[in-house]
Amino acid sequence: MAEYQFDTEGVKKTFTFMNRKAPYGTVYALEVLETVLISAAFEQHANIVFADDGVYQLKSGHDTTEINMKNFSPTFGIIEMEKEDADEDDDIDMVWRIIVEKESMEARGLTEDDFKVEVEVLSAAELAELIDSSDCVISG
Amino acid sequence: MLHTVNKSPFERNTLDSCLRLSAKGSAILLIEDGVIAAMKGTVQSAKIEGALADHSVFVLGPDLKARGLAEDNVIDGVKVVDYAGFVDLAVEHGAHNAWL
Repeated sequence: MAEYQFDTEGVKKTFTFMNRKAPYGTVYALEVLETVLISAAFEQHANIVFADDGVYQLKSGHDTTEINMKNFSPTFGIIEMEKEDADEDDDIDMVWRIIVEKESMEARGLTEDDFKVEVEVLSAAELAELIDSSDCVISG
Repeated sequence: MLHTVNKSPFERNTLDSCLRLSAKGSAILLIEDGVIAAMKGTVQSAKIEGALADHSVFVLGPDLKARGLAEDNVIDGVKVVDYAGFVDLAVEHGAHNAWL
């Protein structure tokens, strides 16, 4: 059987992860989260975007004990730590941004204070440009 | 960038989000149940009619045909493509954003 070699040394791309679904009702949120963590292993730039019902993924105070599902929101704490490491450590060439779409947040009566992690709030127009400028979009 | 939308505008807000968050000049291809948005004379038609000002809009022919939707009823300015056309669009526009 042929052995495949992937030469990823020095390859640096900007990934935009689009989170548009509420947590727990479907598996989309968890699946996108896993791909975000994989991109960290390859030291890639990441825009982790929350829009539409995806903004509910960041809501603080998730308690899933009574629905018998794993509460994955602590993982966002890991993402925030990963982002802070990347921001502070000059040896890590990786820019991570955690972004919430303003229109989606406001439509749901939420503010930045409702979220578990610190976020950048961008308007739809700003976000459209950011998405357009990324090398790869992973959506869920 | 090539955006694809695969949900009906009658069922989900996927098309609305795509239109709100896609940059001017980017291409939009309607596939699967998304093709319903390309039809003339529905209460949703204005969305694609308006999008044509800022975007090139395409619809996948095999998905229209599968649903018994006639190409004659596709909104003027929306181009019907086959699978080979889909591949050409993907190559031409580089990154792909699949709105789900």
